[in-house]
Amino acid sequence: MASQTEVLIDPIFNNNPIALQVLGICSALAVTISMSTTTVMCLAVLFVTTMSNLAVSLVRNYIPTNIRIIVQMTIIASLVIVVDQVLQAVAYDISKQLSVFVSLIITNCIVMGRAEAFAMQNGPWMSTLDGFGNALGYSVILIGVALVREPLGAGTLFGMEIIPTVANGGWYEPNGMFLLAPSAFFIIGFFIWAIRAWKTDQVEEEEFEIAPNIQYKEAA
Amino acid sequence: MAEEENTYNRDSLKNTFIVAFLLCLVCSVVVSGMAAFLKPIQKYNKELDIKKNILTSAGLLVEGSDVGSQGESIEELFAEFQVRAIDLKTGEFVESVDVATYDPIKAARDPSVSVALSTDDDIATLRRLENTSLAYIKMKNGVLDKLVIPVRGYGLWGTLYGYLALEGNLQTISGLGFYQHKETPGLGGEVDNSKWKKSWQGVSLFAQGEPSVRLVKQRSTPGSTEAAYEVDALSGATFTTKGVENMINFWAGDLGFGPLIQKLREKNAGELAAAR
Repeated sequence: MASQTEVLIDPIFNNNPIALQVLGICSALAVTISMSTTTVMCLAVLFVTTMSNLAVSLVRNYIPTNIRIIVQMTIIASLVIVVDQVLQAVAYDISKQLSVFVSLIITNCIVMGRAEAFAMQNGPWMSTLDGFGNALGYSVILIGVALVREPLGAGTLFGMEIIPTVANGGWYEPNGMFLLAPSAFFIIGFFIWAIRAWKTDQVEEEEFEIAPNIQYKEAA
Repeated sequence: MAEEENTYNRDSLKNTFIVAFLLCLVCSVVVSGMAAFLKPIQKYNKELDIKKNILTSAGLLVEGSDVGSQGESIEELFAEFQVRAIDLKTGEFVESVDVATYDPIKAARDPSVSVALSTDDDIATLRRLENTSLAYIKMKNGVLDKLVIPVRGYGLWGTLYGYLALEGNLQTISGLGFYQHKETPGLGGEVDNSKWKKSWQGVSLFAQGEPSVRLVKQRSTPGSTEAAYEVDALSGATFTTKGVENMINFWAGDLGFGPLIQKLREKNAGELAAAR
């Protein structure tokens, strides 16, 4: 049985939901244009994953096996709607920017993956830690991506100018590619590369070996 | 407890129904309770957002902030505006409509209070046009100071929604701003660029009574008649640019707010004459 610290800390680098399991990529591409939207999205996912793991774990012994996915979905969906409603009330501007992506947390594979894989088998406390840890792992990558995208794409961070752009009389010509979704793919790719260079046990085994390059001698 | 567990079968049909029912009950209570509890704040936010967009397009808010040049709040600034429901065909005020709840965009989807546009007329690709829309009018010392009208039209990926603000002379544009669009970030998305939005200030709208704003690649010589009607196009965003141009000319034209503008202009002239 894993210790509490392991359950909480492992998903951040050792078993990161985005970098190792490659889940939750959709929202990682969509909301990382600016730091403020990213932060709010991360908080929302933290809340939903933690609470859904707790809730599923509390009722896990009563959930009939054949409708367990529906039960999990209903719990997750309700939590997401609550988050969406709260955002519309307290952070209207940001909720408008995040638009559909808050509701899309429902389909975020991380949330449901943790509910099905962990919370259905473990007690409430461990499940809460696991949900929180996995959402932290998700947040670390998202914030990392946004830290690259916002300054390079718009010259700003949290909406404040940090690199003076040409349009505002500075020297930096913003790279529009960083405002488009594909750039996040590259950045996440680099992150995965960096993490695997650091934690070499995450490197997958080669599926086949390339034959050595042999120089053939000319037939005599 | 142990005995109970022996007889308890969680996969039984009965239990499945009980769990499903209880789950739905709890979840719906939580969700609807939350929605009902937060409704007033959300409604306030939405209204504040509309007011903010109107004030921003009229250039009454300090850039990037929520206050006016003298630190007035959005509410205070907006209180100077009269909200009027306008019959688009005649340009008359409609008094029977409650302006606080009326939504012209919703009305445009309802066949009983809107008309279908023919392809020739429909330069902004709206398909349907509402009969009654809203206009925001600001008076100063009895004379028209600003007129803000809602505009919308198709760009590249979807409809752009915004407000166009006119000066009291009903000829000079005092600002344009979009509050919702789906254009490509960095290309068509530059409609939100504050520098480009500023370039709309002071542009002339009507030439011989026809709205004649043009978005151009190369501006005419400064000082010429054409130059007064021109705004820089957005590079790399031909469709967005075309959409914005058509949208402005549509909404300021005969099918849009043209009749209202004509009415207000006559009224203005009358008041000026009376003052003399």
